Amino acid sequence: MDLLIDISLLTFLAVTAIGIIRITNLFAVIMLFAIFSFLSATLFMTMDAVDVALTEAAVGAGISTVLMLATLALNKDHNEKQPDKNRHWLPLAVVLTTGAVLVYGTLDLPDFGDPASAPQTHVAPHYIEKAIEETGVPNIVTAVLASYRGFDTLGEVVVIFTAGIAVLLLLGGRREDPLDDGAKDKRVPQNLVLRIVSKIVIPVIMLFALYVQFHGDYGPGGGFQAGVIMSAAIILYSLVFGLGAAERIIPKSVLMFLTSLGVLIFAGVGIASLFLGGNYLNYSVLASSQVAGQHIGILLVELGVGITVFAVMLTIFFAFAGRERS
Amino acid sequence: MDFVVSHYNYLIAIFLMMTGFYTVISRGNLVKKIVGLNIFQVSVFLIYISLSTVKDGVAPIYVEGVKVYSNPLPHVLILTAIVVGVATTALGLALVVRIKEAYGTIEEDEIHSQDNSL
Repeated sequence: MDLLIDISLLTFLAVTAIGIIRITNLFAVIMLFAIFSFLSATLFMTMDAVDVALTEAAVGAGISTVLMLATLALNKDHNEKQPDKNRHWLPLAVVLTTGAVLVYGTLDLPDFGDPASAPQTHVAPHYIEKAIEETGVPNIVTAVLASYRGFDTLGEVVVIFTAGIAVLLLLGGRREDPLDDGAKDKRVPQNLVLRIVSKIVIPVIMLFALYVQFHGDYGPGGGFQAGVIMSAAIILYSLVFGLGAAERIIPKSVLMFLTSLGVLIFAGVGIASLFLGGNYLNYSVLASSQVAGQHIGILLVELGVGITVFAVMLTIFFAFAGRERS
Repeated sequence: MDFVVSHYNYLIAIFLMMTGFYTVISRGNLVKKIVGLNIFQVSVFLIYISLSTVKDGVAPIYVEGVKVYSNPLPHVLILTAIVVGVATTALGLALVVRIKEAYGTIEEDEIHSQDNSL
């Protein structure tokens, strides 16, 4: 049964991808891409990767789609120029050759679900057997993310931070009228149903984001997912009530402060553990016992990740949405 | 047939990867190119997560008495990669917006012809 679901979802993915290539209306392409992301999130779910599924659903089907639509809104022509028929052969040949080589490569890959394959036999058994004793965190993904591979995660957070700054440099300037009323903004829909429903939904989304943030030790979730979901709540607010209204709640200066605060918390926890006699990002020294120290460390680090991801996603969205107006 | 069933995930992942690659090299529209890159990226995620799955395993959240879990390490790598992916996609889209403002088009050949006519 599992195999059947797996195979049919994968086939859907392939069909959607073909649709994305063939359709020339860019709006339809972006909508199909949202479906594609959602299908892949479902697939991750069936393959027991619950944390990944949560992230992909929030990021791929949510934020990516909004950003692509925002780009499209700046472009009046929503149709792609029909590609030249004679130019198909060279790319097709390249792709087919590369694909054939890669398929040949899969001959050496382990069977799907093989418990004795190489990825399952090196460092993973240690995490699975020891994570609960060493960190006291039942969600092994969170333990590996924040503690065992904390250095790696710090690097990822810095990449997100840098991307946020780069988008701000490219699109941040040139704003004529940053704070006008949503009522005056003609692009804001004056739909009563939309307004009331989003007023009911937004607090629930925020509550869910907080749950995902602070329950990440015990269930699927953590800073990355929570940050994205929280920013989605504000993005929804600004789509329905106008950019000006959203920027009054969270001004740009606060966002910039939060962006760097998250990275500082993460790096600061590392420095605190240095001063307490441990290695960088070794949380065991933060409290009297190893498990308590790990718990505090993981909680703080995840909070830092959540704050930075939230602030960067919103910064990026505001930069795109503000561009449209000028 | 056995090979196809036991390697179906990888085969579809390669198909998706090549679909994304084809979109990037054969289409001139910059938004479509970025969608293609994203498809390519999802296919890489798919390979990693497929390798992490263990038969009869459960999601890697500790439960008393359960012995077989999926491999948590690829999950960690991919979940951070997804968020980094959206940040870099946003950067790409920001460049598209600036190109549109500078050239008035997002079709690659029109941009090249404008460059050459200068």
